Amino acid sequence: MKTPGIAGLVLGAWILVALCAPWLPLHPDRIALPEILATPGGNAWLGNDDLGRPVLDRLLVGARTSCWVAGGVVGLSLLFGTLVGSTAAYLGGLWDRALVMLLDIFMAFPGILLAIALAGLLGPGIGNLVIALSLVGWVGFARLARAQVLSVKQRDHVLAAQALGTRRRRIILRHLLPLIAAPLVVESTFAVAAVVVAESGLSFLGLGVQPPEASWGSMIRDGVRYLLVAPHLVLAPGVALFLVVLSVNLLGDRLRDRLDVRGART
Amino acid sequence: MPAYLLARLYSAIWVTFGVVSLVFFLIHWVPGDPVEVMLGESGASADREALRHALGLDRPLLAQWGGFLGGVAGGDLGQSLYNQEPVTRLLAQRFGATAQLTGAALLVALVIAIPTGIIAAARRGSAWDIGAMGFSLLGVSIPNFWLGPLLVLAFSLGLGWFPVSGREAPLSLVLPAITLGTALAAVLSRMIRSSLLEVMGEDFIRTARAKGLSPWQVWVRHGLRNAWLPVLTVLGMQLGALLGGAVITETVFNWPGVGSLLVESIQRRDYPVVQGVVLVISLCYVLINLATDLLYARIDPRIRLGQA
Repeated sequence: MKTPGIAGLVLGAWILVALCAPWLPLHPDRIALPEILATPGGNAWLGNDDLGRPVLDRLLVGARTSCWVAGGVVGLSLLFGTLVGSTAAYLGGLWDRALVMLLDIFMAFPGILLAIALAGLLGPGIGNLVIALSLVGWVGFARLARAQVLSVKQRDHVLAAQALGTRRRRIILRHLLPLIAAPLVVESTFAVAAVVVAESGLSFLGLGVQPPEASWGSMIRDGVRYLLVAPHLVLAPGVALFLVVLSVNLLGDRLRDRLDVRGART
Repeated sequence: MPAYLLARLYSAIWVTFGVVSLVFFLIHWVPGDPVEVMLGESGASADREALRHALGLDRPLLAQWGGFLGGVAGGDLGQSLYNQEPVTRLLAQRFGATAQLTGAALLVALVIAIPTGIIAAARRGSAWDIGAMGFSLLGVSIPNFWLGPLLVLAFSLGLGWFPVSGREAPLSLVLPAITLGTALAAVLSRMIRSSLLEVMGEDFIRTARAKGLSPWQVWVRHGLRNAWLPVLTVLGMQLGALLGGAVITETVFNWPGVGSLLVESIQRRDYPVVQGVVLVISLCYVLINLATDLLYARIDPRIRLGQA
C-alpha cells in the first residue's frame, strides 16, 4: 500500500512547518487592501483573505498552532492519564475505586462539550485551550492505562519484583509501563487527530487562538462569510486540516495493526 | 436481572450526582464573576455587595453547592444573567430543535451505515469493502465545521436545493443532519462490519450452514441478530459525540438549539445558562447510556445473568 507513505509525507511536512515557522519568511498579518479576497494564482499562491492577508502564510502559521496544541495536549494527557491510571490500578483498592468513579463522571460528558464549556469559561487564548483540552483528554489515557495495568500486574516478573522488595514507583515505571506502552502509543496517535480537530473546532467557535493569530479553525470561520465570492478561504484551511487528520488516522490504523492492539479505539 | 438493574441504576444516580457537582465546581473554579458581568466594571462596591448577597454568592461554597443540588433536583437551574429568564425556560425553548437535529442525524447515520457495513462484511476484500472502509476513514477525518460549509457551497449556493441556514423551511434540516450524521455513519459502518465478521466466524454459523439454511437465513437470523449487540453499545456511547458535535453544527447552520445557546451564552459570559446547557446535555447522555445498557441486558441473557 502506498497510502502510508503519503500520510507520512503530509505529517512530516506538518511537523516541519510547525518547527520551522519562526524562521520562514512569512507575513501572516500583512494587510494589503488592494488584494482583498484575491483568488489563488495572483500575487499570492493561495490568494488573500478578507483583509488582504496572504492565505498561504496564514495556513502555515495555522499548521504551527495545531501542531503545538496537539503536541502539548497529547503530551500532558498522556503523562497525567497514564500516571494516574497505572498507579491507581497497581495500588488497587480504594484508590482504584475512586479513580473509576471519577472517570465515570468525566465520561458522562461528551468530550467536545466539556472542552467547549471549559475553554469558554477559562477565556480565549492558546494556553487556556491546551488546559481545557488536556482536562478532557487525560480521561481516555487513564482508563486505558488502568485497564492495561490490571491485565498485567499479576505477571511473574512483577510478582518477582515485589518479592524482591522493589519500590512501587520503580515497579510501575520499569516493569509495568513498558508492557502497556503499545496501546498507549496507538491511543496517542488517535488523540492527536482528535485534538487537531478539537483545536480547530474551538477556534472556529471563537474560543481558541485570538485574532490576529491564525488557526485553521478561525480561518474557516472567517471565510464562511465569503463562501460565494472567495471559497478558497474555506477550502484551503479545510483541505490542510482534513489531510493532516486523515494522515494521522491512517497512521493510527497501521500502527494498531502493526502493534496488534485490539480495541484501543473502535 | 434485578441485581444488574440495581447496580446499573445506582451507578447512573451516582454519576448524575457527580456530573451536577463537577459542573458546579468547574463554574466556581474558573475565573470570572457573575456580578462583574451584570454590573460591568463601573458598578459601585456597595451595589456589588448587595447583588452578591441577593444572588447568594456571599454564602460559603458548600452551602451554595447544597443549594445548587437542591435547585437541580427541583428543576431550578437559576436565571440567565443576560435577560433574567429562568434557565429552564431558555433550555425548553431550544431543546426541541436539538432533539430534532440529533434525531435526524442519527437517522442519516443508520441509513448510511447499516447497508455499507453489511455489504462490506459480506463482500470482504472486494471493491465494495475497500470503498466502504475508505468512506469510513474519510468520514471520521472530516470535521463537521468544514463539511457543513462544503455542503452549503455545493447544495445551497451552487445548486440552490437547500436553505443556507436557519430552521424556517422544512428542507433546512437536511444539510445540518448530514453534516452531523456523517462521522457517526463512518464509525458505525466500520463497527457493523467488524462485528458481523466476528460473528460470522463463530461455530454456530458453521452449524447453521451445515444444517442447510439458506445464506440469507444464516446472515440475517444468525449473523445480524448477534452482530448488532456490540453495535448497540457503541451507538449509545457515540450519541455523546453526536450531542457534542451538535454544538458546532448548530453554530455552522445557525440552528436554534441548545448548542447555539451554549455558544451565545459563553460569548455573553452568562454562566448559569452555560452551566444549564452542559448539565442538560450530559444528563441526556447519561440517560441514553442507561437506556442502552438496560436494553442490552434485556436482549442478551448473558449480561442479565451476569456471565459476560
